[in-house]
Amino acid sequence: MIRWTLWVPLALFLLFCGVAAYQLTQPKDEFIASTMIGQPLPEFDLRAASADRPGLATRDLRDGQPRLLNVFASWCIPCIAEAPQLEALRRQGADIAAVAIRDKPEDVARFLANYGNPYSRIGADDLSELQLAIGSSGVPETFVIDGQGVIRYQHIGDIRASDVPVLLQKLAEAK
Amino acid sequence: MMLSKCLFAAMSVFLAAAAIPALAQDSMPPAPYAYNQLADPEQEAKAQDLMETLRCLKCQSQSIADSDAPMAGDMRHQVRSRIAQGEEPEAIRAWLVARYGDYVSYAPTVSETTWPLFAVPLLLVLLAAIILWRRLRARS
Repeated sequence: MIRWTLWVPLALFLLFCGVAAYQLTQPKDEFIASTMIGQPLPEFDLRAASADRPGLATRDLRDGQPRLLNVFASWCIPCIAEAPQLEALRRQGADIAAVAIRDKPEDVARFLANYGNPYSRIGADDLSELQLAIGSSGVPETFVIDGQGVIRYQHIGDIRASDVPVLLQKLAEAK
Repeated sequence: MMLSKCLFAAMSVFLAAAAIPALAQDSMPPAPYAYNQLADPEQEAKAQDLMETLRCLKCQSQSIADSDAPMAGDMRHQVRSRIAQGEEPEAIRAWLVARYGDYVSYAPTVSETTWPLFAVPLLLVLLAAIILWRRLRARS
């Protein structure tokens, strides 16, 4: 009689193979979500990133009106792709504040002239300080900020047409 | 000889492909402390130790000490300027973990999700010791 315990190592090995095979077939999620959802924005006061829009400070995002906070940059290719969707959001009543990451005023001005300017304010974040403080790990990202300046939602990556109703919904929930 | 030529060709293709995203880089100069060390060697050593255990968010297999991504440079600037202001390395790590989760830190911690990583090896060693002990006792 063969002792059943002889099969235990083989069974463990097959279990390991099964787990590995399962994990390999799962799509890789490279997004790092912010853990600042539900937390208030940090104190900041950023200079204007372009000549025709004011800069951005925490107090601007605490005036009782919920807003989108778009983290973008003129050097960011997916930011071009999401520009029409931001315009669509603005047309449907969203107030969009923005932070330009590591950007020169002339580059921001050229980007806005080429792809449209849906923003009410644009702050310049030259050392990615605000970006790090709100747990954003890249551009573009879009946060929903409620009227008290609390972060309510984070969208990672460029906004697609299908994301527009989701963001409008989150904005309405932040009232 | 042929092999090394092939390898070289493959490397050049890879490097050319890797260079494409570099077009999507900003034109700003690096942050003051991205590539400059702190004047105080003791503080710099503290900063260096911490930077080697913080994960680059743009290039997730590298520490911020190893990465040339602009965002990693800005993170090094954060680390060095905070250390220069007298902040403790672990406080800076905690600040980042509060924003990005455990993901940002390479330093292993025992938590609700990671405890099996620490417990399983101990259990296996214990199991091996028991088996060994029983065998040796049976033999003698």
